[in-house]
Amino acid sequence: MNSNLISLGSIARKEMTRIFRIWVQTLVPPVITMTLYFIIFGSFIGSQLRDIGGYDYMAFIAPGLIMMAIITNSYSNTVSSFFSTKFQRNIEELLVSPTPSWVIVLGYVSGGMTRGLSVGLLVSLVSLLFVRLPLHSVAHTILFAILTSFVFSLAGMINGIFARKFDDISIIPTFVITPLTYLGGVFYSIALLPQIWQVISKANPIIYMINGFRYGFLGFSDISVWMGMAMLVLFAVLLFSVNLYLLEKGTGIRT
Amino acid sequence: MNALTLNDLCKTYKSGVRALENISLEVAEGEFYGLLGPNGAGKTTIIGIITSLVTKTSGTVKVFGVDIDEDFPAAKRLIGVVPQEFNFSIFEKVEDIVTLQAGYYGMPHKLALERAEKYLSKLGLWSKRRATARELSGGMKRRLMIARGLVHEPKLLILDEPTAGVDVELRRGMWAFLEELSTEGKTIILTTHYLEEAEQLCNRIGIINHGELIENTSKKELLRKLDTETFLLETKDSLPELDELDNALFKRIDDTTLEVAKHRDQSLTRVFSHLGDRGVVVESMRNKSNRLEELFMGILQK
Repeated sequence: MNSNLISLGSIARKEMTRIFRIWVQTLVPPVITMTLYFIIFGSFIGSQLRDIGGYDYMAFIAPGLIMMAIITNSYSNTVSSFFSTKFQRNIEELLVSPTPSWVIVLGYVSGGMTRGLSVGLLVSLVSLLFVRLPLHSVAHTILFAILTSFVFSLAGMINGIFARKFDDISIIPTFVITPLTYLGGVFYSIALLPQIWQVISKANPIIYMINGFRYGFLGFSDISVWMGMAMLVLFAVLLFSVNLYLLEKGTGIRT
Repeated sequence: MNALTLNDLCKTYKSGVRALENISLEVAEGEFYGLLGPNGAGKTTIIGIITSLVTKTSGTVKVFGVDIDEDFPAAKRLIGVVPQEFNFSIFEKVEDIVTLQAGYYGMPHKLALERAEKYLSKLGLWSKRRATARELSGGMKRRLMIARGLVHEPKLLILDEPTAGVDVELRRGMWAFLEELSTEGKTIILTTHYLEEAEQLCNRIGIINHGELIENTSKKELLRKLDTETFLLETKDSLPELDELDNALFKRIDDTTLEVAKHRDQSLTRVFSHLGDRGVVVESMRNKSNRLEELFMGILQK
């Protein structure tokens, strides 16, 4: 087997072992949080609200909640894993080896995607307890889930590369990702907003990911699905290149 | 062929600290080379540059003829490194730490498992293979880093203070293991604070201070530069008054202990007969300090 593939497999094995070794920290909390969202927003409050796009409120928010879980867990896995690898200095194990930078990026991203998509799958299973979700397009659903997880794993890695202390790994999730996700159409359709807020909302990239994923289940979206897909591919290429540049330059890892 | 060639290697950190100043040295294949120097002299920076953890400012590094600027991955395959500080995940299992490292070098998992068994057994850690690294004692962690550094069977092994904080028995065991590797033909570069270690193991020695290589020669040649050796003699009875013998200086430490500082050219037999003439019976004798240590201090103080 190609040595780069073996190297990639080794990083992936290390990441997956970590995720499943500490499953109580990595897999359980997001599932509990999302279950509470389903109970409170879906059942208690949602039952008082009118349908959106012909679907009851629970069916409307379910894809958004699944995507929210994928986004936050993909990001937080790579940022915390890469930072702790730097903190414990075992990043040196990789740096002294002939493993190329692109393999290191893909290895850590594979961990982020494993956790993001595992949590996404678990939240999807939980959602079935509350709502019977239709599946309009399997291809759209899977493609949006995978690409979004890939993009946020890459973003988490950049945060991990720059982070110098533990505080640095929570700043972006708290002040950027969480607000953008909540304002990204998880709980509402942007069609319900005043015109000016609809325009502003379209500057939020997360709205394209959530709507694209929702389209996969329900068959309707507030924005162009193809535009969402193009945006994801663009972000994936851009963030992968940034990661590669930073690792080659040795930012945060070489003196 | 040289295992390692450094040419005019310089490193200036972003803070402005000049860590290395035009270091040039060659380590021949099969040599056991000791790099000595006080804390902050630049030893770890040199190792960092060779292993890609530190980016050099200028100069060239060749490993078995492979220039790191032209093909660093190829050079890395030839190097195994044992760092000064523990740098593995303390939550991982011993066997995983070694096999994952093998994987990073592109080694298939089956072969990685065989190599892990070979080196963990040699270093007395095979029974601990399922333990997590945090469960190991300090000495075991040091040995784990050696096993990890050897798993891809590099031609050049670089050890940065491998026996720091290790008890005497274990240190001797590690010396024996390193001597065995050297006998098998592996090129070894060692940095150490224990000058006794360098004297025991290395056949060539470089001394670095303030980022400059101030000595780089064979151990024999280096020890030849030692002008004075100091011995401590334990006598059977109380010492009488003694005069200075030529330039061998006697110094009474206590009633039955005598310090003798002997010039390189002076015969020890003369010192003994001088003492014998005065009725002094010597029961035992030892070096006051390690010979290399005396030389090292002398060089650094110049």
